Amino acid sequence: MVPLWMYLTVAAALFSIGMYGVLARRNAVAVLMGIELMLNAVNLNLIAFWRYLTPFNMSGQAFAAFVLVVAAAEVAVGLAIIIAVYRNRQSVEVEDVDMLKG
Amino acid sequence: MNFGEGLTPEAFAFGLFTILTLGGALGVVTSLNLVRAAIWLMLSLFGIAGYFVLLSAPFLASVQVLVYIGAIGILFSFAVMLTRGMTNLKERFNDQWWLAGLAALTAFVLLMVGVIVPAFGNSGAPVSDQVTTTVDLGVALVSGNQYVLPFEVASLLLTAAMIGAIVIAREDD
Repeated sequence: MVPLWMYLTVAAALFSIGMYGVLARRNAVAVLMGIELMLNAVNLNLIAFWRYLTPFNMSGQAFAAFVLVVAAAEVAVGLAIIIAVYRNRQSVEVEDVDMLKG
Repeated sequence: MNFGEGLTPEAFAFGLFTILTLGGALGVVTSLNLVRAAIWLMLSLFGIAGYFVLLSAPFLASVQVLVYIGAIGILFSFAVMLTRGMTNLKERFNDQWWLAGLAALTAFVLLMVGVIVPAFGNSGAPVSDQVTTTVDLGVALVSGNQYVLPFEVASLLLTAAMIGAIVIAREDD
């Protein structure tokens, strides 16, 4: 099989790309997409470690399933917040959302 | 994996999914049109589903396609279309884009040092060819001494998130 470190390398690259998207994009929806990429990198790591190191134990797959559930909930609430912000501000640029700034 | 002995189908599939995943991710981060970014995201998530198949986790692969590509991808498309003026952004990145790049690069190097140094030279074969199946996952999720409590909490979380999303996104009367 493909060695474990290759999966980990791909996951690390995916996580870094997602992190760049979160930190550098102006648009809030694009930031959320970056978060999705990071969560998927984590899931890939969980499944790869499960397959290579503890294939008799369900914890890897179960954790990945819970990450998926939390990601779905996070996207639903996040996009709802973005739509609410857009309704108030007519903008979804991250820099325009500074209502909490003193 | 040894490329010298010819390209195995598994290695070929791994390369293909790597191109899909990382290429899609780069598309998500760089595209100016957010509808295109959503399509790139679906492509990237599809690559991840392929990895799950390679790693003998077929249930998670199908859930990945259904929930991520199906539900979340469509949700992103809707959000892009509901908020006007997002299909043609003027600028991709904010003023600190180089700082963000530095941070992402540092994270990648740190992860690689953590991954490659301990694992390099290791043939990396799995400890066993036998794996647990989807049946075992289903049993583990509902059996009393394993994951039944997190499972129920997850369903509660989904319900709360659904109600919360409706309340937040609703027009004020």
